[in-house]
Amino acid sequence: MIRQDYNRIDPKRRSRLDHKKKQFAIPTYKQQDYPHRLNLYETPPTAEITLEQFEQWAIDRLRILAELEACSFRNKTPPETAAHITPLLQKWLPLHSNSSSSAGAQDEALKLERQKDHYSHFILRLAFSSTEDLRRRFARIEAALFKLRFQFDDARERQAFVESLQLDWEVVAEEEKRTLAADLVNATPGLRKQEVEDGGWFKVDFETVPELVETRRVFLKRGKAYVPVREQMSMVLAGFNERLDKGLQLAARALPRLDEDDRLTPILNHLSKNFATPDSTLSDSDSAIPGAPINAASIDALSQHFPLCMRNLHMNLRKNSHLKHFGRLQYTLFLKGIGLTLEDCLIFWRQAFKLITDDTFNKEYRYNVRHAYGDVGGDATRRGRGYSPFSCQKILTEHPPGSGESHGCPYRHFSGDNLTTLLQTTGINDRDVLKGVKEDVEKKRYHIACNRVFDFTHAAEIKKAKDEGSWSAGDNETLVHPNTYFKKSFMLANGAKLGRTDEMEM
Amino acid sequence: MPHSTVTDAVVPSSPAEEDSVLPDAPLQALDYVKADENKTERGDSMSKAPYADIKVEDLFNDGDDEDNDEFLSSAAVEAKLESSPPAAPLPLAPLANFTDPEVMLAFYQRLFPFRYLFQWLNHSMKPSNDFGHREFAFTLQNDAYLRYQSFPTGDLLRKDILRLNPSRFEIGPVYTANPRDRKTLRKSTAFRPIAKELVFDIDLTDYDEIRTCCDKANICHKCWSFITMAIKVVDTALREDFGFEHIMWVYSGRRGAHAWISDRRARDMDDQKRKALAGYLELIKGGAQSGKKVNVKRPLHPHLARSLDILKDHFQRDILEDQDPWAEPEKAERLLQLLPDKALNDALRKKWDSAPGRSSTSKWADIDAVAKSGASKTVDGKALLEAKQDIVLEYTYPRLDVEVSKKQIHLLKSPFVIHPKTGRVCVPIDTRRLAKFDPLDVPTVTELLGEIDEYDGRGLREEGEGKSTQDYEKTSLKPFVEYFRTYVAGLLRDEKGIKREREDDDAMEF
Ligand SMILES: [Zn+2]
Repeated sequence: MIRQDYNRIDPKRRSRLDHKKKQFAIPTYKQQDYPHRLNLYETPPTAEITLEQFEQWAIDRLRILAELEACSFRNKTPPETAAHITPLLQKWLPLHSNSSSSAGAQDEALKLERQKDHYSHFILRLAFSSTEDLRRRFARIEAALFKLRFQFDDARERQAFVESLQLDWEVVAEEEKRTLAADLVNATPGLRKQEVEDGGWFKVDFETVPELVETRRVFLKRGKAYVPVREQMSMVLAGFNERLDKGLQLAARALPRLDEDDRLTPILNHLSKNFATPDSTLSDSDSAIPGAPINAASIDALSQHFPLCMRNLHMNLRKNSHLKHFGRLQYTLFLKGIGLTLEDCLIFWRQAFKLITDDTFNKEYRYNVRHAYGDVGGDATRRGRGYSPFSCQKILTEHPPGSGESHGCPYRHFSGDNLTTLLQTTGINDRDVLKGVKEDVEKKRYHIACNRVFDFTHAAEIKKAKDEGSWSAGDNETLVHPNTYFKKSFMLANGAKLGRTDEMEM
Repeated sequence: MPHSTVTDAVVPSSPAEEDSVLPDAPLQALDYVKADENKTERGDSMSKAPYADIKVEDLFNDGDDEDNDEFLSSAAVEAKLESSPPAAPLPLAPLANFTDPEVMLAFYQRLFPFRYLFQWLNHSMKPSNDFGHREFAFTLQNDAYLRYQSFPTGDLLRKDILRLNPSRFEIGPVYTANPRDRKTLRKSTAFRPIAKELVFDIDLTDYDEIRTCCDKANICHKCWSFITMAIKVVDTALREDFGFEHIMWVYSGRRGAHAWISDRRARDMDDQKRKALAGYLELIKGGAQSGKKVNVKRPLHPHLARSLDILKDHFQRDILEDQDPWAEPEKAERLLQLLPDKALNDALRKKWDSAPGRSSTSKWADIDAVAKSGASKTVDGKALLEAKQDIVLEYTYPRLDVEVSKKQIHLLKSPFVIHPKTGRVCVPIDTRRLAKFDPLDVPTVTELLGEIDEYDGRGLREEGEGKSTQDYEKTSLKPFVEYFRTYVAGLLRDEKGIKREREDDDAMEF
């Protein structure tokens, strides 16, 4: 089923539709085999997958891309990025080398990993082809992911992969190498004379190695760059970028054809929207903390662990003894998410709304709280759990606050000055952090700003957790949900005592 | 009245007004546009012109220099008078101001080489998208700025230029579609630049901290040698390292030069590749306060070693002798800052203090002499040599405005337009006779029109000889137009082979 849909994005298929384009090879639909771990994603997928796989694979890859992008926003060095991403890749998008299995590339588990990598790339390529901005971001992060994997590939398998690419590289003949020896040494930093004589050299169009040209680390002669073998990565990467850019252009042109399909379009739209702020669906283990003293009376104390959006709601509630509708909804669902029971939540709100009578409360507010908890209203299936706590993405994109309303995301919905004041009220006076937040916000990277604040306010605890070895890979992930923010903050402060659950299924 | 063939000229704001306004602030540029809208409402002759949106970034697009000027200094006026003596025997032409719209119109009508400009941008005689989808941007006499103009043929470009009589115009990239249709395209992705000449911009204002003879908008023969050096170095690298062949250098009309590289491979480069190429050529970084400006690894990259070789002689003559940059003690301190050995510096300082007014040539020679004399026990010969090489590069290596080169979408002033402040024609520079090129001898528009009048006044009609003399042939613009024609013919010849290949290629794409 999906296979048919998928063919729509296969540019080669279009050649069959157009009689003028007969010179194209008719694509053969077959299960692709993946002799190499790495993939330049030149051939679109042709086999069938289920709708669930379609969505799940894409979401898993998206997590990785979002984390990679966050690393670059947070100016992590390449080793830091590798350390951050490697465990996440293991979890969401593993890709083992042939040598990891006795069956090598024939191993079914390896094949499946590679298929997932291949397909998820193409699904996201399609999802992010619609605008120039998305295409550029996607290409940049995919290139970073490819580079990361290339660097850590098994040396022999990497070489086999490179040779399979049949790139347009001409080997420099011995005689030419001797003639140019001095220039080659002088143009190529860190190369010993002996290496020049012994090592292999390629001649490629200078356009193939823009990085080397820009930094003047290669010898150029009449449009050709003379590249030593060890600079292969730069060239492979250029090849990767070039193919991806072209592929994205093609995908953008193929996109309108998909409009007809009512099943794929919402998924693709959702994926591309998610790219701005990755969405997370929350499970109980992500938010509620078994054994934590969470009740109506402890919210004030706990609010130090709340992200700024919830902190702002809490402070406004205490100040005005009231919150407007969307503020109550956002906050109630958050409180439900941290594990406050319905009963305690009703007590909490009743006490907070000091200026109204019990009667008014029961008539106007009680029902809404119960509704949010799934206690009343909606259909039976839905009622089971009520609404989910809002993710950052939902808070950022839906119902911007109007005058007198306190919900939303302060990073997005506050003016610069008001945001700074609010942060200062919560005790953040560090000039670098405030400046960093300002820059993040200017670039519309609201979740990065929030994570920056988290990292700053928890710096000592994070260091301690790392020193004690209680810091796991999952803890590195960028926060994209207010409830995970709370949980992480709370656990950092109390984790040891509570017996943490490491299985954070998201 | 001479060259009065033009009657329906558009009436612009007065030239006097133009000089009294500071032309550098974006806000004012917007004001001009507003003024222009008013005009449109009044329904004057320009009301049909399609006014493009003004984007702030566009206001900074100009690679040329006049935007940087605060005002036309009196020194600049002097230089102008000095360099363009009223030699023409006819009284009328020198009286006419080059900012006079009628002068401009006569220039477009009688002298501007539209035919070769078309061929140059079209890469063929037969009209193609290389020209038809090419953006032109006009600056009108009232300073309104019209972007996204395009024309199927050179004749239609000429027609519109005669209608609008812009004070100058710029050339942008070839787009995927006709720039005039860009708003009707359903998707914004369908309209994007796909090709443009690779361009370079060199301007003497970037040399102000090392040029002692003039400053700001002024130039003389001494400082023009900076441009000569820059052209040599960049031209050589483009040919020998990148393999480009179709490189045209153009005088920017006042104090700089532009390069246009038309090789297919150069035109097709995307921004990332342009950035790489610009980075390869860029060496001098940092503003006036950034200390040492040349930081290169050793061994020197072959491009730098070769450039140093080209620049060495210029350094002796054009820098040490003509610029004499370290004559005064404070300036000599700058030289000492760039040398690596403290004891050597102390010895040099002592020597120079006792001989006030010692020339830069002598001071430069002193460095090695004092080093050899053993005045410093610590001096490291290799470090000293490298420091001296860095100094030569700092004072001679091209200072490029690389931003202009990095973007396909960047617009650059067309060759052969008139520089609005000097009246000089932006003529091509024949690099085979680079040393002979004299920017102060480049004809101004008023001189050229005077030359036509003078020629026609002599009544030298070669009747019966069949071929009538073209107007440009009557003037000192002739060698420049002929150079351009020959250059373009060479480009078209090479392009023919490529076009055939390209057609084969296109059949494979979809
Ligand atoms: Zn000068």
